[in-house]
Amino acid sequence: MTSAGFWPPSALEVVFLLLGLVAVGSALMVVTTRQLVHAALWLVVCFGALAGCYLVLTAEFVAWVQVLIYVGAVVVLLLFGIMLTRAPIGRSDDLDSGNRVVAGVVAVATAGVLVGVVVGGFQHAYAELQPGAGSAETLGASIFRNWVLPFEALSVLLLAALIGAIVLSRTDIKGRG
Amino acid sequence: MHVVYPAVVAALLFSIGVYGVLARRNTILVLMSVELMLNAVNLNLIAFDVWLRDALHSGQVLTLFVIVIAAAEVGIGLAIVLAVFRTRRAIELDRLRDLGEP
Repeated sequence: MTSAGFWPPSALEVVFLLLGLVAVGSALMVVTTRQLVHAALWLVVCFGALAGCYLVLTAEFVAWVQVLIYVGAVVVLLLFGIMLTRAPIGRSDDLDSGNRVVAGVVAVATAGVLVGVVVGGFQHAYAELQPGAGSAETLGASIFRNWVLPFEALSVLLLAALIGAIVLSRTDIKGRG
Repeated sequence: MHVVYPAVVAALLFSIGVYGVLARRNTILVLMSVELMLNAVNLNLIAFDVWLRDALHSGQVLTLFVIVIAAAEVGIGLAIVLAVFRTRRAIELDRLRDLGEP
């Protein structure tokens, strides 16, 4: 599995690194921007770039699911949350709490440890990309042959979560007695 | 594709998510940061699935499962945030101190 040095990077790797750069940069904007709505919009950019990363890694079905669910549903839900909590539109300077510095230190330490371990551990790992490894056909066969039970359990979990969300957010449902 | 590249991108995304969870005051921004961390995990799962060529495709299937769980989590989380906002008129985390030590 060890082939191809780090230099020069292949075209695929260049594309992946550019997409990764976009993802990391927009993620930084999400956690540092001073406008709530902009944070949600930067999240769209981040998830889109990640979907591109999945495409480069040949996981095409997961990429489209990412676009559909994350960009299409989760971000819209978050935007609804922002609107319903009457968040100020425009700049607000109190989005960060007092422990920003501590948070920065912890995050930099986490990044240092993780990147160090990952680079040390997988320096020579090389994944040969073959198209079709993540197509809908392959994944569908895998889910409905080998992963049926977790899949069904997850459907029940999702149903329970949605019913729970409805019960929590409606005011006219009272407890018994 | 060197496995290091996706792994490093995922590690950076995860750390950014950690920073967001710790540094933000607004509950919805904290939820967004949690989503960032989940996405970092997803990227790792995909990369290692592609590298190890698992016959069951566990990495990609688990990514789909994580996406479903994230959707459920955001739904419940926002419902809780809205319930808190209805009763307290505030969703800033450091103003919700009823359960904390005085």
